[in-house]
Amino acid sequence: MDNILFYLRRILFIIRKEFLATVNDPKSRVILVVPAIIQTLLFGYVASFNLDRVDYALLDMSHSHYSEELAAHLDGSGIFRRVATLGNTGQMAQFIENGEVSGVIVIPADFADKLVQGQTAPVQVITDGRNTVISSLVYNYVATIAASYNQDLHLGKHLLTVDSITWYNPNQITRWNFLPSLLPMISLIQVMLLSGLSVAREREQGTFDQLMVTPLTSSEILAGKAVPPLVIGLLQALIVLLLAVFWFHVKVIGNLITLFIVMFTFLLSCVGLGLAISANSKNMQQVMVYNFVVLVPIILLSGLATPVRNMPQALQYFTYINPMRFAIDAVRRVYIEGASLAAVSPDLLPMVVITLVTMPFAAWMFRNKLG
Amino acid sequence: MTHIVEAMHVSKVFHHTASGHPETALQDVSLTVEQGKITALIGPDSAGKTTFIRMLCGLMFPSEGQLNVLGEDITKKAEEVQDRLGYMPQKFGLYEDLTCMENMNLYADLHGIPEEKRTERFNKLFIMTGLAPFTGRLAGKLSGGMKQKLGLACTLVRSPDLLLLDEPTVGVDPMSRRELWEIIKSLVKEEHISVLVSTAYMEEAELCDDVYILNKGRILAHGTPEEIRNRSQGLSYWMPVPQGIPARVVQSALLDEEEHIEDAVPERGGVRFVIKRGETLADIQALSLYPSCKAVAIPCRLEDSFMMILREAQKRERLMEGFELDYTAKRHISSHVDIHVHNLLRTFGDFVAVDHTSFDVHKGEIFGLLGPNGAGKSTTFKMLCGLLPASGGELSVAGVNLRTARAQARANIGYVAQKFSLYGTLTVKENLRFFGGAYGMSKKKIFERMRVVLRMFNLEGREEDIAGQLPGGYKQRLAMAAGLLHEPKILFLDEPTSGIDPLARRTFWRQITALAAKGTTIIITTHFMDEAEYCDRMMIQDQGKTIALGTPDEVRKRGGDNLTMNEAFIAIVEDNRKKEAEENG
Repeated sequence: MDNILFYLRRILFIIRKEFLATVNDPKSRVILVVPAIIQTLLFGYVASFNLDRVDYALLDMSHSHYSEELAAHLDGSGIFRRVATLGNTGQMAQFIENGEVSGVIVIPADFADKLVQGQTAPVQVITDGRNTVISSLVYNYVATIAASYNQDLHLGKHLLTVDSITWYNPNQITRWNFLPSLLPMISLIQVMLLSGLSVAREREQGTFDQLMVTPLTSSEILAGKAVPPLVIGLLQALIVLLLAVFWFHVKVIGNLITLFIVMFTFLLSCVGLGLAISANSKNMQQVMVYNFVVLVPIILLSGLATPVRNMPQALQYFTYINPMRFAIDAVRRVYIEGASLAAVSPDLLPMVVITLVTMPFAAWMFRNKLG
Repeated sequence: MTHIVEAMHVSKVFHHTASGHPETALQDVSLTVEQGKITALIGPDSAGKTTFIRMLCGLMFPSEGQLNVLGEDITKKAEEVQDRLGYMPQKFGLYEDLTCMENMNLYADLHGIPEEKRTERFNKLFIMTGLAPFTGRLAGKLSGGMKQKLGLACTLVRSPDLLLLDEPTVGVDPMSRRELWEIIKSLVKEEHISVLVSTAYMEEAELCDDVYILNKGRILAHGTPEEIRNRSQGLSYWMPVPQGIPARVVQSALLDEEEHIEDAVPERGGVRFVIKRGETLADIQALSLYPSCKAVAIPCRLEDSFMMILREAQKRERLMEGFELDYTAKRHISSHVDIHVHNLLRTFGDFVAVDHTSFDVHKGEIFGLLGPNGAGKSTTFKMLCGLLPASGGELSVAGVNLRTARAQARANIGYVAQKFSLYGTLTVKENLRFFGGAYGMSKKKIFERMRVVLRMFNLEGREEDIAGQLPGGYKQRLAMAAGLLHEPKILFLDEPTSGIDPLARRTFWRQITALAAKGTTIIITTHFMDEAEYCDRMMIQDQGKTIALGTPDEVRKRGGDNLTMNEAFIAIVEDNRKKEAEENG
């Protein structure tokens, strides 16, 4: 028991020192808070779901009172702006191809007849699937407007339906939510930087030798060096979360504790990776190069921007050693779907494995990296 | 034009970006360099030597005063002047991946030397520097001394009117130092170049025509070496020491009697000391402690005067409590072996850094590792501390190999690195608390010991200062304080005296003497040969091999009779290299 207390006490001394060293430096203090806020706001707005204006073309083959009323609803929405009124289907291609419109709304010739007869009357929305986000948004907007028109008609039944046809990319992703993914991404970058520099900085400044001649063991130093970046990473994730919830109003569906466990496991694997890089580097410059080389694939192969299943098979195998891939999946599912801990536990396992490999490697490199 | 350089009341103030405090690097410096002469600027580190030389090159301008170089106002015609001078900075920009010849050609290109003039000039320079056999070798593969010579040759691709050398011999072994000075001397003679050289070595200043002593940005004295030397005329003495008492203890006794003694150092097995002007030997109480030893007058030397002048300008630091010493205690070296090294080997690829080295260090000994840069002393040192694995051989410190032993074994040793290696962003107190914790000391114990070491090293009142912003001397004391916080049995000191001024060096050795007297074993590396005299035993390494091992007396006698340690060192290394050359055919 005494031994454990002794051990913990020494780890606490290192943690204290690491925090002091980080917080005493005004430059590091700024780095801890400002980028998280700026990046979240930036991503939040740039990767925004809100389309303020949709340019569209109308192909009204019904030429009826009903079709005109529907078009009036669209035009009166304040979002849809009709750029062209088409005469035949052949004209559609050119408008979509050039990107002049985000979608073409086709009202079939029998639209009015069907409505009058009380049959289901479909309206087609043809969108540009090259931008899946916009195309799914356009579809959703049209559907919303059609639904409200349906109500105005007081037909009781939902006769008006909207069929969507997406050109270029039939498998469009509909549930694409960027903000939750920022939790792992922003904290990843910070944690890799902090843990990456921690040993290399000491090597460069000569303090690591001084540390090595004390009775501290490699595992104590490892623990002491792992905790501060972990805590800072979690705080960053918290900043992102607060902004997502209170600024961008993206509600967390799942359990916050589950979310915490996911982030904790993920950041632990990042700290392991960062420390392994750090322990293997002679100086800070080398760490920056390693970090650059490692971070880009981690982010690209994570499914953050493009879904993993769309990647070439060979690269898909690579994603299995990428903790970020599992973190994004788990965070999204907890955040948006409200998945339980048990449901996301298959995502946690690979991250634990990565931690168990990188941490001992880093500790071993502390003493075996040749000076 | 007799004045090549004319500085009148030159001052330089730097504005620190971090702290915002203005810092005066040079204050009211007036100096002249005369045609065809070697002028030396001597002074401790951070005296302002480099700042002054950089101003002469027009790399920075004086804040105040007039500075004429080669007859021109440097602030107005910097570029014209730069074409006519050669400047060798402390760290010369050699391209390590180019050969000697390619480096020379590169500098010749930079100076626009036509091809046809190069062959003759290069040949002359290569012969002069002794680099002729190595023209095809990569600069990175040269020894420290050879690199400096190549740097000098590159500076001289064009014969300049004024040659500025900023500490050309720092980190260079004594042989190469001597050779460099021979080159400089012959340059002045053959090409009538005027030279301004900065140095921290007194024996180099003796070789110059004119000497300026610079300290803390001010000129303290000016004259020929002889004029300056004569200031301490008739004040220098040497005395033997009683059997069994280390010279450093007798030296401490004298040094502690500040009111009568200007300076004291161990030398040739005894003690060399300088008394204050107006005092006589009879006034010195310390001498009565050693009635059997008689002091004899000896010729004074430049360093004696230098120390006198420095002492006038700044008071030697009061020795703090915790370093009391019994001046008459006999040396007691126990038979207990603290450090045992047998056939120690360390290779990097096919380069042998430490070649089958063996030695023992007994408890309470001061053991010195000496040698030129790259001789293997730092590598040996790192292996002892457990920072580097050995490639072969046996090694034990306090009975264990620190690399493989249980972590707790490291609590026996204290370590002070060559470079300041405490946490620069933490305060003095935070640093000490951290290391106390790292050594597993209790809170109470840390607090107690912290007070003791802060007092010992005169750091009281500095507790809340950021360690990285302390002045150089304070940093070194803080490093010592951190190294001794946990009361180690064995203290490892890597080049602790490089970069601190001579007065601080005296204080440092005074502290080491007291620590050793209390039974701490001390392993120390140094490139100041004269500091070997403080050691009980010493080892000289050259090219990884042990070439001398023994007491300073034994080592000195191996070099010849009545030599200083520096001369003995040169003799031994040269003798050894000659022998090796013969063996290799």
